Amino acid sequence: MVNFKPTEEQELLRDTLQNFAREVIRPSAREADEKDRVAPELVQKGWELGLVPASVPEEHGGYGTVRSALGSAIELEELAYGDLSTTLHLVAPRLFTVPLIAAGTPEQQKAWLPRFCGEAFTVGTAAFVEPAWNFDSREPSTRAERNGNDWVLTGKKCLVPLADRAEAILTYANSADGLAAFIVERGAAGMTIGSREKNLGIHALDTFPVSFDGVRVPAGARLGGEKTNVQALIDASRVATAALAVGVSRAAFDYAREYAKERKAFGVAIGRKQAIAFMLADMATEVDAMRLLAWEAAWRLDKGLTATRESYLARHYAAQASLKIADNALQVLGGHGYIRDHLVELFLRNARGFAMIDGLAIV
Amino acid sequence: MIDFELSDTTKGVQQMVHAAAEQMMRPISREYDEREHEKPWDFLNAMWGASRGVTMSGGDAPKDGEKKPKGPSEGTLRACVTTEELCWGDVGLYLSIPNSGLGGAAVAAAGTPEQKKRFLSRFTEGDPKWGAMAITEPGCGSDSAAIQTTAVRDGDHWVLNGTKIFCTSGLMAAEKSKGFVVVWATLDRSAARAGIRAFVVESGTPGMYVTKVEHKLGIRASDTATIVFEDCRIPLDNILGSAEIKQGKGFKGAMATFDATRPIVAASAVGVARAALDYVKETLEKNGVQIRYGAPLHTLTALERDVIEMEAQVQAARLLVWRAAWMMDNGLHNNLEASMCKSKAGLVVTHVTQKAVEILGPLGFSRELLVEKWMRDAKISDIYEGTQQINQLIIARRILGYTSEELR
Repeated sequence: MVNFKPTEEQELLRDTLQNFAREVIRPSAREADEKDRVAPELVQKGWELGLVPASVPEEHGGYGTVRSALGSAIELEELAYGDLSTTLHLVAPRLFTVPLIAAGTPEQQKAWLPRFCGEAFTVGTAAFVEPAWNFDSREPSTRAERNGNDWVLTGKKCLVPLADRAEAILTYANSADGLAAFIVERGAAGMTIGSREKNLGIHALDTFPVSFDGVRVPAGARLGGEKTNVQALIDASRVATAALAVGVSRAAFDYAREYAKERKAFGVAIGRKQAIAFMLADMATEVDAMRLLAWEAAWRLDKGLTATRESYLARHYAAQASLKIADNALQVLGGHGYIRDHLVELFLRNARGFAMIDGLAIV
Repeated sequence: MIDFELSDTTKGVQQMVHAAAEQMMRPISREYDEREHEKPWDFLNAMWGASRGVTMSGGDAPKDGEKKPKGPSEGTLRACVTTEELCWGDVGLYLSIPNSGLGGAAVAAAGTPEQKKRFLSRFTEGDPKWGAMAITEPGCGSDSAAIQTTAVRDGDHWVLNGTKIFCTSGLMAAEKSKGFVVVWATLDRSAARAGIRAFVVESGTPGMYVTKVEHKLGIRASDTATIVFEDCRIPLDNILGSAEIKQGKGFKGAMATFDATRPIVAASAVGVARAALDYVKETLEKNGVQIRYGAPLHTLTALERDVIEMEAQVQAARLLVWRAAWMMDNGLHNNLEASMCKSKAGLVVTHVTQKAVEILGPLGFSRELLVEKWMRDAKISDIYEGTQQINQLIIARRILGYTSEELR
């Protein structure tokens, strides 16, 4: 039966993360952006929220909460409301742990998952995007060739979060039997981590180009052991993109709304002018619309239904809407929106990335 | 727990109504668009037989000695789902189906138990009947607080004077059936919105005349009437709500009707949008054009991008409708969400149907197909039951926390 109310647990988590986003993440968002880094103290505080070990089964040292795309979408929205870069940093290890929980073999789970349930922030990540205008996630140009008992990986990736400090990188590559993912351990021969990337947005997130030049991994390093439904992971990544876009959009909308209530022109708050008020009304409606689309796709993932179409639609809708919302938010602030004293230009730069980048987070 | 699955009951009703839309509405859709103002009586009688007793907002009309079932209701949501299906069939025909309509929704929202029984029970028996709502006047539409029609007490009666326009099913409700018209009038013009009340006028009451039936761009199967009230006398207890004027009261009760009806009107917009979208997708499929969900953006054709965008827009509108309806069913205040879904759905259906005409080129433009009709039918969704702009105003006031004085 149709229901739009999150569970009590989800609401509790949402409220906790909303607080964290407002009180801890947001106040440091500007500094993180300017300094191109998320403060280590903040990362540790984020780790202590248990975002990563939560969905790791108890037998592997986690909390054993059943993995929920919907719950995760709610989490990501709240965190991204605080700051996108910081969020992507905090949840980067999930790019590694979630696919293992969802599709890893018992051996892979046993070998890797316990490492992400300790006291200190531990990094795993994924290499998904490639530095090409015509990158196709379904058929990446990175190749995986079978050679005896090994797989040999060759290709170039980019936008790999925290690659320089990752214990392992889950690397997506095209193989003879379709799209696959491989666990590549830190220091693998032939894997080169390039210098830190500089991007339009998400300044504070450390991302790297990673090249694979005949990197050999054992057969057991293939996610799931053999042919595995990697498409479901891509769908989950699209839902994550959509949920993050909802968070950034809501941040931009809230910022513009508060400004419009304070800023006066012609003797009244500009929010009392229809030209401004209607932009805000549109923004509010679109934030809700994109959230519902993301939730529906996440709900399908949780039900085990195919969600390729729904996650694709949700993600494209969210990308377009977030850009428009952030742009309008900046417009509401006028010249002040263009100045880095305010956060809206940051929201706009971050929102721009949603239009072309997937695979930086997963639900 | 968040869930997007309709209940089995609602799914069953949805399938049944879809079959009716496909088999009974589509075949006569063009005919009754061309034969503006003529009534498809076979269809109307069949619908009366099948659906009588169900109010527009989904609840059953009260019967003697029957208590409301306990537990969460799905009435509004179900009404939205069935409305979407019927309007996928034909929105003009949907609007002409005999039922208590917007007038019934007003009685259901603001009437006493006695009034509900007196005015709504007729929709469960006898010949087809229509209910209608008369708000708009020649000089005021969205600004309903500026209503000029007056209601003056004279002994045991209210005496109504004024002119109402754009009254959906007004002719059928006022003159051609034993229905009623809910008329918004002012008790005291100087009290502005606080003086506005809704009055139920029985069909055939002396002093109520239909003077015109409009010729429109779309929804031509539905009559849109001008109704004049000239010393029209109605019983005292035909007023909905209290006659006492208190600032900030009374008008709100009448406005609350919209919280129930806007999701339904928005659902009808979604139905028309889906008709156009379905047709475009079927045509493309027949011609071997696949929409590649999941393909990278740089490989999408402009056509695929259009269709993907249309689909996402329609689904976004539908989910906003479902949420507003779900809130209504669960007793949550949905004024903001009702306006959001109405505002969104009105825009979406206008855009999607225009896009469908564009994509289908000369076929879309031709009256051989129904696509051009859907484009004409669509536009009204962006206007009636609160224009796009009035809904934006409501949304803006709520999100900014402004009164109607602060944000005019």
